[in-house]
Amino acid sequence: MSDTAHPPDDQVPEDEDEDEFEPIQVFSEPTAMDLRPGADNCYKCSTCDTNCPVAEVDDEFPGPKFQGPEQWRLKRQDDTDIDDSIMKCSNCMRCDDACPSEVPLSQMHNTARGEYVDTHMSKRSIEYWRNRLLSNYRLMAHLGSKVPRLTNFVMGLRVTKLFNEKVLGITSEREFPEFATETFRQWWRTRGGARVTNPDKRIAYFHGCYSNYNTPEVGKALVRVFEHFGYEVLVPDQRCSGTPMYANGMLGDARRAAETNVPELAAAIDDGADVIASCTSCSMSLRQEYPELFDLENVETVSDNTWDALEYLRVHEDLENALEGTAVDHPDVAYHAPCHARNQGLDGQAVEVLSAIDGIDAHDVGDSCSGISGTYGWKDENYETSMAIGEEMFEHMLASEADTGLTECPTCSMQMEHGTGYSISHPLEILAEALVGDASEAGAA
Amino acid sequence: MAITDDVLVIGGGLAGATAALAAAEHGHRVRLLTYKQSTLRHASGLIDVLGYTLGGDGPLSNPFTALEDLPERHPYSLVGREAVRDALHFFDAVVGDTYAGAHTNVNALVPTSSGSIKPTARYPAAVAPGLASDPRDCLLVGFATLPDFCAPLAADHLLDTGVPFDVRGVTLSFPGIRRDDAKVTRYAHILDRDEGVDIGRGTTSARAALAALVREHLEDEARVGFPPILGDDNHSVVRRDLEERLGVDVFEVPSGPPSLPGMRLEDRLYEALEAAGVRVTTGVPVVGYEATDGRIEHVLVDRKGQDVPYQAGEYVLATGGLVGKGVRSDRDRVYEPIFDCHVDHAPDRYDWFDGDAFGDHPFASFGVTVDDDLRPLTADGGLEFENVRAAGGVLSGYDFAAEKSGSGVSLATGFVAGDRAGAEVSR
Repeated sequence: MSDTAHPPDDQVPEDEDEDEFEPIQVFSEPTAMDLRPGADNCYKCSTCDTNCPVAEVDDEFPGPKFQGPEQWRLKRQDDTDIDDSIMKCSNCMRCDDACPSEVPLSQMHNTARGEYVDTHMSKRSIEYWRNRLLSNYRLMAHLGSKVPRLTNFVMGLRVTKLFNEKVLGITSEREFPEFATETFRQWWRTRGGARVTNPDKRIAYFHGCYSNYNTPEVGKALVRVFEHFGYEVLVPDQRCSGTPMYANGMLGDARRAAETNVPELAAAIDDGADVIASCTSCSMSLRQEYPELFDLENVETVSDNTWDALEYLRVHEDLENALEGTAVDHPDVAYHAPCHARNQGLDGQAVEVLSAIDGIDAHDVGDSCSGISGTYGWKDENYETSMAIGEEMFEHMLASEADTGLTECPTCSMQMEHGTGYSISHPLEILAEALVGDASEAGAA
Repeated sequence: MAITDDVLVIGGGLAGATAALAAAEHGHRVRLLTYKQSTLRHASGLIDVLGYTLGGDGPLSNPFTALEDLPERHPYSLVGREAVRDALHFFDAVVGDTYAGAHTNVNALVPTSSGSIKPTARYPAAVAPGLASDPRDCLLVGFATLPDFCAPLAADHLLDTGVPFDVRGVTLSFPGIRRDDAKVTRYAHILDRDEGVDIGRGTTSARAALAALVREHLEDEARVGFPPILGDDNHSVVRRDLEERLGVDVFEVPSGPPSLPGMRLEDRLYEALEAAGVRVTTGVPVVGYEATDGRIEHVLVDRKGQDVPYQAGEYVLATGGLVGKGVRSDRDRVYEPIFDCHVDHAPDRYDWFDGDAFGDHPFASFGVTVDDDLRPLTADGGLEFENVRAAGGVLSGYDFAAEKSGSGVSLATGFVAGDRAGAEVSR
């Protein structure tokens, strides 16, 4: 038997007499990551291919079935390399959800991409460093946020964009997200940390990079909402969740980040906290990708105790009752469910929860992918594909009776804004407004 | 706190969606939970009620008269002939003019991509001009890069079946597609968006290019059949556009998975669910339940590590058969994985199938046995749970592949299970 994480969604109970049946070893000895059971489960129905947003718009892309089980099998032969098209997969993970046979497709793609970058991509190439730069966004953000105004100014300059595009291959079509003048962690320190102490109700907030450096208002909203329900909020040390790194095949970087995150979060869990994320790609990473890719101590504990913020409140509080009779003064919103929310069964949640609040109407804009997929849509070579994928979402947003957007995912929100000009909120912000009121009135800022 | 609704439907295929819609008619709060995407994506989009008898006689002209002769444990016998009709009417209202066939009790004869003829009760509007009973001559168009449909071969097979018209097949190269294994969604997207395609002497719109290409091969046929790739979101626009450009009727020939007609039907059903206010949760499996006194209290849904309770008064199990994994097997047993309802099967797995590949396989009708209220029964005939009903592929007692009855059983049992669950909550 290999030591691979069993595909986590496989519902087949473990066979107690497993020893009796030894599968024949057709291929060479299994390596650390033996994905054969996954490859064997694929019966080539191609449902994954019909869900792949990239294959729908890019004639050159062979699709998830090839990238996963077929490529895995081909690679058993010494003369077949990983196909470079693996870099065109955007890691939306929709194929996982599509597969009727529980093939761990995204795990296969992540491993193949990691191997491709390790063995086929020159460490001296601009592409490698561009990808590394993009996927290690937190480092840039960390430096940039020291002097946010200057950084925003420089990143907005034409000459910067020209350099990024011509030299690095980062598209000049997009506006870099602005850095907040005060990060979430700075605000947290200035505020003096938690205002509620409660050994029985504790959460550890995994804010991720974006709500720390770019949209601290989301983090603040989360704190206000959880404190409203009497939770003590912990903010453990943390690094990037790893999502952009998987998507770029930088598994080494992702592992190093996980080596910080897992023990820090496990310690908080030991202190009686559950881990809460406000970004659905962060929660996806901690919940699914960590145990699939990294054999770290406590990785399962962290996976088992990580929640999406709204999901947690729905299950642990009577959120529906709490919201009854509340009202907000907010324009109607066009809600887009990020792929990584969809994969966690959270796609209908925001619209359901917000429907209890007066004064706001949330319209779901359907199941299309936004197309940006983190760093994917930032790359010059992917920009057009990314916008072609997003076209359907833009049309649905523009057709809906709302002129503001709503989503949980930071990069989806960039794409929504880029494609429609709408301003985008996070469901937690609306929840905070309904439950606690305006930030300034509540004196929580 | 559990996430609470009146009726919880587990499974998002034809049976599950129908059950949720039927339950919602009672005005209750209904939730539909689906794990993986449903096998509707594998489906032809045709709604078969009954094409052949259990003995293999057919194709049947009128499926409704044949329902009388089915065995008493057949799902149709349990719900009754009227329920089958009601369910079809219910379906007709949901799909509106995107489907045809409601005008008659008689099975339509639909040519398929292999050139065989399939008896079916309802069919997508895009299939209608292609019926085998229509005497007009026909050109079938296939594409070199879409090996699932070989038009000349299908034409020859159709002629062999004795269709009352002349039919030819040509294989062309689809404008704008270069790779050998482009996805069906790629073809549909090009036509949906009418993308500009390079035809060697400049760029032109995909539909114009396709029509021009086909026109060269059209002789005096009155209709042209394509593989089912004529658009997705803008499907009817694509087909009408091609008809105008070609001056003849355009239809689709249903084919195997992955199937756009199945996906379009899925989209239609989910639009109806949204309009009916049914709450939908996708992508996460039910992994357990709590029961007291023979009633399910709540089920547990695995949201990537957390078991989240979902509570309802009534439950509908519509998780599909062996392919949809509502019925599973290992080397020792066949079982229903969510509630572990009893699945009748021989103890020796060599008795689960027939030696002849096209023989009468016991596995084809594996599933849960139910009473005439569609509630699953234990091995000794008692109720598994008071507030669970089962519908669609998870049921035993029918062989949809041999009978061509899959969609009809899903509709009829889904409709009855959802309707009774809704009525039960009202009591």
